[in-house]
Amino acid sequence: MSISKLFSETLKVVNVGSPSFKKDFETQGLDYVHLEWKPPASGDLKLLSLLNQIRPYSEQIEKANEEVVSKIKAAEAKLVAVKQAKDVIPNMTSHTILHSGPPIAFDNMVGPMQGAIIGALMYEGLAKDEKEATLLAKSGKITFDSAHHHQAVGPMAGIISASMPVHVLYNEIHGNYSYCTINEGLGKVLRYGANSNEVLDRLKFMETTVMPVLNEAVELAKGIDIKSIITQALHMGDECHNRNKASSALFLREVAGYIVQTSFSDEMKSGTLNFIKNNEHYFLNLSMPYCKLALDSARHTPYSTVVVAMSRNGVDFGIQLAHSDKWFTAPANYVKGLMFPGFTEDDAAPDIGDSAITETCGIGGFAMGGAPAIVQFVGGVVKQAYDYSKEMHEITSGKHQVFTLPPLDFMPTALGIDILKVVETNILPIINTGMAHKKAGVGQVGAGLVNPPMACFEKALEDYAKGVK
Amino acid sequence: MKDYEIVKNAYYDSVTLMSTTVSIKKALNLKDLVMFMGTDMNKDMMESVGLYDKKFDDATPNDLLIGIEMHETIDGWVDQVLDKLSNKTNQNQDQSQTVFKTISQAKQAKDSNIAIISVPGIYAANEAYKALENNMHVMLFSDNVSVEDEIGLKDLAIKKDLLVMGPDCGTAIINGMGLCFANQVSKGHIGLVAASGTGLQEVTVIIDRFGGGISQAIGVGGRDLSEAVGGKMMLKSIDALSEDDETEVIVLISKPPHKSVLDKILTKIKDLNKPVVVCLLDAVVNENIKDVHFVSTLTEAAQKALELGGFKTPDLMTIDKETETLIEKEQLLKVKSQDKIKGLFCGGTLTAETLSVLRGKVHDIISNVAKKKDEIMINPMESHGHNLVDLGDDVFTQGKPHPMIEPMIRLDRIIQEAKNPETSVILLDFELGLGSHEDPVGVTIETIEEALAIAKKDNRHLSFVAYVCGTNKDAQNLEKSEAMLKEHGVIIAKTNAHAALIASKIVGGKL
Repeated sequence: MSISKLFSETLKVVNVGSPSFKKDFETQGLDYVHLEWKPPASGDLKLLSLLNQIRPYSEQIEKANEEVVSKIKAAEAKLVAVKQAKDVIPNMTSHTILHSGPPIAFDNMVGPMQGAIIGALMYEGLAKDEKEATLLAKSGKITFDSAHHHQAVGPMAGIISASMPVHVLYNEIHGNYSYCTINEGLGKVLRYGANSNEVLDRLKFMETTVMPVLNEAVELAKGIDIKSIITQALHMGDECHNRNKASSALFLREVAGYIVQTSFSDEMKSGTLNFIKNNEHYFLNLSMPYCKLALDSARHTPYSTVVVAMSRNGVDFGIQLAHSDKWFTAPANYVKGLMFPGFTEDDAAPDIGDSAITETCGIGGFAMGGAPAIVQFVGGVVKQAYDYSKEMHEITSGKHQVFTLPPLDFMPTALGIDILKVVETNILPIINTGMAHKKAGVGQVGAGLVNPPMACFEKALEDYAKGVK
Repeated sequence: MKDYEIVKNAYYDSVTLMSTTVSIKKALNLKDLVMFMGTDMNKDMMESVGLYDKKFDDATPNDLLIGIEMHETIDGWVDQVLDKLSNKTNQNQDQSQTVFKTISQAKQAKDSNIAIISVPGIYAANEAYKALENNMHVMLFSDNVSVEDEIGLKDLAIKKDLLVMGPDCGTAIINGMGLCFANQVSKGHIGLVAASGTGLQEVTVIIDRFGGGISQAIGVGGRDLSEAVGGKMMLKSIDALSEDDETEVIVLISKPPHKSVLDKILTKIKDLNKPVVVCLLDAVVNENIKDVHFVSTLTEAAQKALELGGFKTPDLMTIDKETETLIEKEQLLKVKSQDKIKGLFCGGTLTAETLSVLRGKVHDIISNVAKKKDEIMINPMESHGHNLVDLGDDVFTQGKPHPMIEPMIRLDRIIQEAKNPETSVILLDFELGLGSHEDPVGVTIETIEEALAIAKKDNRHLSFVAYVCGTNKDAQNLEKSEAMLKEHGVIIAKTNAHAALIASKIVGGKL
């Protein structure tokens, strides 16, 4: 583009501001677009000046963000093992408890997370009852840490203790690993804070039956390609966060034959097959570590303003950027959506869990346009789901050409949330998620949509502007 | 009675708000109405007009603030106002089908090559950067853009070989398309660069009227020739026009530039392969450069450019016989007290040109556009002696549309001057063309009649001298506009400078 070129070509105008010029363009037959303009950053001058401050680095930023997006897209993910956390997760001790979201002290946690920790301590045999477990949790003898710090993620409370079996995913392209527990199913489950005998028995069953059988099956299969399942499931009505029906079935199809070939008893094999079959959210605990794996591979890219983690601990929502490991947190919002019969919005805990890692990686809420079956969570309007998926392109650095949405003419999903775009457009990432009861152990009370608090992005921008040079 | 309302998260652009404010006020018969987005500046403004409420304190720039003063309480006034406001915006939305929210989106979808930016100044630079980053040229209509941003934007533009016209650039004609405030003129071979909107309009209009045509008319914004900005865009534009095959003559228009900038421009035009006409209004340039012609009025700039382009024009800086007869007739009707010219202008540069023409012809002339200490009109609201008032001055336009868009703000002032016994001539400009009011003469005619009647009642005869800056290709139509004025006894000038000469002659000024 140069001035002499402009003089020789047809003028094509973008009108930013007063609509009164439009009629003048029309009388002249001038080709124009009128922007539906709104003040950037909601008109917040402080944020605008921060955006201005980092403008001189825009070339470096753009390059870094492109690099991040291409790394995320390039990541491959294979489920290579199912083993106990203590054997595979880095820095995991017998007294370590990992939880979802940014770091938080036990006393500050919400009911479901505390309940799940109490359950985990009893499951580990570190406490014999709830009272003892509570005392132990408060004693300082237990190391609590964010699962994200250990390349791990977990839905809802996201509790991982030493003996729990975890899916181990490996990225052949970048050579990194990620970990996630096995999904327990719906109802009274640990991730919603339940810790009754029924819950602990199931955890034991997973450890003694599902883990060994699945691990051997996965070995026989020489790894199971998780990314490929996500790609297919997106064409089958899943968005792989709140709907995992197709992906769970596809996973079962991949693994069933190998389960049958394992050396275990028929009872253990059929127990494992039925456990997977009966849980239509089984695959959530595979789509999440896939996303974690892909996003982690792009960490430590200087200058990048792309988000590589969005996560909530039930109190705070936290995000991390590709250029540093810092958390930027703000109080988590409440999920709005469809309540299960018998519950009201007052029953719900604030937004919780690591599952927003799916949106961070361009699926989940970002892929809702491909999952029309679940739009009752958003009021039953399919077009709204389409709109969300389209709108997310406004705030991302790139798109995931492998993850496409058939109802939108195979539009790629938006990938690589850029904090600069979020602040500038005032459009927040859309997260499609479940709601936990605020009391431990009641379980899921609904599902719907939630946004991260804007303050996370504002803080991240502030920090970025301070540090960039 | 007064009342207030905040509408949360409802952004409207200021032009929409201002233009609908006038119509809603009329439709609902309100004593007063102010509608603004909740910026600090706007809050101050509402406070100054006495329509501010405590509840506005926490409002953000994304919230719409409405202050209303009603003759009698109107139930549900908020809904009525918002209905009218949303009607207006809906109409606008209907015209474009696909919704684009950002410049990058538009660029991707339509491969647009120029962004016209008229959002509030505090946001304008950001949008302009976005446009440049997308390799688009920029016309920055917005004012209140910081000088640092102007420099940053222009440096980036020059690096990328792009135009940044503005900030505060009201007029441009690119590839024959008028942008913002521009007249419909013929295509031709005269290329212009101007740091003045109405100046550019005036010269293009005169060129068109006498058979010439325009290749490109580039606006650079009023501050381009300041010391800080250093004429960056004017210098760049001169290069662009000198390389442009369609351009045979180059015209530069500006208020007097900073000395250092003038030197840069002179150095640049010394070596050009095309003749250059330089109009710097008041600035005296004692330079003798081959193929460079210095003139001091817009009229002469147009005339010189036409001459260089091979077009003949009458001498526009003298008064012809026919006009002379009209003037003599007017003079006979005056009473002794009537010896002053009252210029009421919508165009800023036209005001400045008039001052430059009248200085030396009449004594003690003042204006709110004057730079010389003894010519400065301290209170432009108050008429005093020979005075030339630019009604586009910030003191008149706070929260109101510019008089070129809404010439009604001049009407009260015309009546005021008519009542003043010292008033002999009321000098008016009317701008036609894109962006301007759909019938600026039409909305003024009634007031002219009223003013004449007021004077007559007092046994005075008022002279109206008007210049209509426009062409017959403009939607408002030059001929029609002039005819309306003539019908009411208004003396019509050929150019703005010509109008000043006529006014001076009527009050017996030196010729």
